[in-house]
Amino acid sequence: MSGILVLAEHAGGSFKPVTVELLGKASALAAQLGTTVSAAVLGDAPAATLGGFGASKVFQAAGDFSTYDTGAYVDALQAVLAASGADMLLVAHTYAARDALPRLVARLGTAMASDCNELKLVGGKLVGRRGMFAGRAEADITLAASPAIASVRAGSFPKAESTGATAPVEAVAWTATTPTVKVLETLAPKTTGVDLGTADKVIAGGRSLKSKELFDEVIRGFASSIGAGVAASRAATDAGYADHAEQVGQTGQIVNPQLYIAAGISGAIQHIAGMRASKVIVAVNKDADAPIFEYATYGIVGDLFEVMPALQKEIAALG
Amino acid sequence: MKIGVCAKVTPHADARIKIAADGSGIDTAGEKLVISDYDEVAVEQAIRTKEALGGEVVAFSVGNKDDDKVLRAGCLALGADKAVLMHNSRADALDVATLLANAIREAGCEIVFTGKTTTDDGTAQVGAMIAELLGWPQVSAVTELSIDGTTFTATRAMDAGLMQVVQGTLPAVITCEDGLNTPRYAKLPDIMKAKKKPLDITDVATAGGARSTMGAFAPPPARPAGRIIAGDPATAAKELAKLLREEAKVL
Repeated sequence: MSGILVLAEHAGGSFKPVTVELLGKASALAAQLGTTVSAAVLGDAPAATLGGFGASKVFQAAGDFSTYDTGAYVDALQAVLAASGADMLLVAHTYAARDALPRLVARLGTAMASDCNELKLVGGKLVGRRGMFAGRAEADITLAASPAIASVRAGSFPKAESTGATAPVEAVAWTATTPTVKVLETLAPKTTGVDLGTADKVIAGGRSLKSKELFDEVIRGFASSIGAGVAASRAATDAGYADHAEQVGQTGQIVNPQLYIAAGISGAIQHIAGMRASKVIVAVNKDADAPIFEYATYGIVGDLFEVMPALQKEIAALG
Repeated sequence: MKIGVCAKVTPHADARIKIAADGSGIDTAGEKLVISDYDEVAVEQAIRTKEALGGEVVAFSVGNKDDDKVLRAGCLALGADKAVLMHNSRADALDVATLLANAIREAGCEIVFTGKTTTDDGTAQVGAMIAELLGWPQVSAVTELSIDGTTFTATRAMDAGLMQVVQGTLPAVITCEDGLNTPRYAKLPDIMKAKKKPLDITDVATAGGARSTMGAFAPPPARPAGRIIAGDPATAAKELAKLLREEAKVL
């Protein structure tokens, strides 16, 4: 058994950017090991196109995976992993990676490094680096058991363009055996629809937005003009300016976009824990001593109600 | 109904952590120990389930020998009837899950609550692993729950604000999300009574690091020094937009 299997994430017939990231990283690791990369696809998606991102073969489990089901995910992934013969499995750190994947880890008697922000090889073993204590410390998890399983935070690796190559696709049969629950209803997010966990750009507002109406106007308006996700501090969600699902921080979502604009957010450790890995952080705050400026790549000390509309206008003017 | 709750004793969420200079580990000595945040929600839900349906709550924990005081204050004083502390400091996620699953099976629990993750390592693996080892279904990150006989209905919080309402049959593992309930505080008479409740402490053996090892502990990488952009709002905004495009290349 050898090789690296990447579970491809897809929705609406296209693969998510995190899958491109993972295939790129897997290709680099496979080159060091002298092995190959394959991809796993659960359900209906253009599997062969993953060849353009480094998969030499794709293993596809048939079925309807559009409504998430714990049992189907575990059983199909187990079958695909066995068919691929891979001894390393990389997945995005999604709800399924927290809900279903640990079941597979227990079933196979192995170990998993979860929510990694870096992967490397040491002595041929997969090592994942991950945060703990709300991002105040990091550690390496060396995976000795086989298969080595790691879930990775979106935005951790660069995304390559497709070479246009296609990969052969092998259908994998699977049987439902895991005890599961029945989905009665799926409730659509009350949010903007841009997935915060994988967004390239995020605009976040704090308590200083003063009201839900002003939050909508200043933060949501700006975000929709540049296709960014909307985030909020805990103080802002507690005040009802934004939805609970939009809260970024230790007890909310963890994000690491290319650009994170924090308006009227002081930078409590609780919030920093959720966004400190962002590539570029912009802070807009009236208080020059606000802790957020310690983390900011660029900061503007000023009234957010003046600065944010001006910035929105200037970004629009860039074209 | 026999109700189980798995609760981990961890340093409080804002604890100062000291990382060993050689990266061998994290020292939290002297910091206040508590029941991990989401496990607190699980303890509350277990007690509410007992109050609604009758029965008994047993708290299970894998950790250090002196975690017993926290288990008394954070589980027994709130309404749990019994606690089981399994002492093993080298266990990985699957070791912990195996110990808990065995104890849960032995106790004959029909439902088990735990937090969706912990505030220390935060691997978010143990709850689902327990369900797998027991052959039960599980629901992760639950924000609403109702139980009718052996049928339960739960709402789970998934990615990007997506929620699902699901239905299943007990026995099951439920991992608790913030907002499922508001945990209660202990009352003084209950703290006194909790001293007399049964708490078993046992030493347990595990594989101990055979599957995975942790090392190279370090603070997160420091962010490069930032820059304050001066000027009136319009001037500063114009300069910032230009920097985001030309220097940072994120627009």
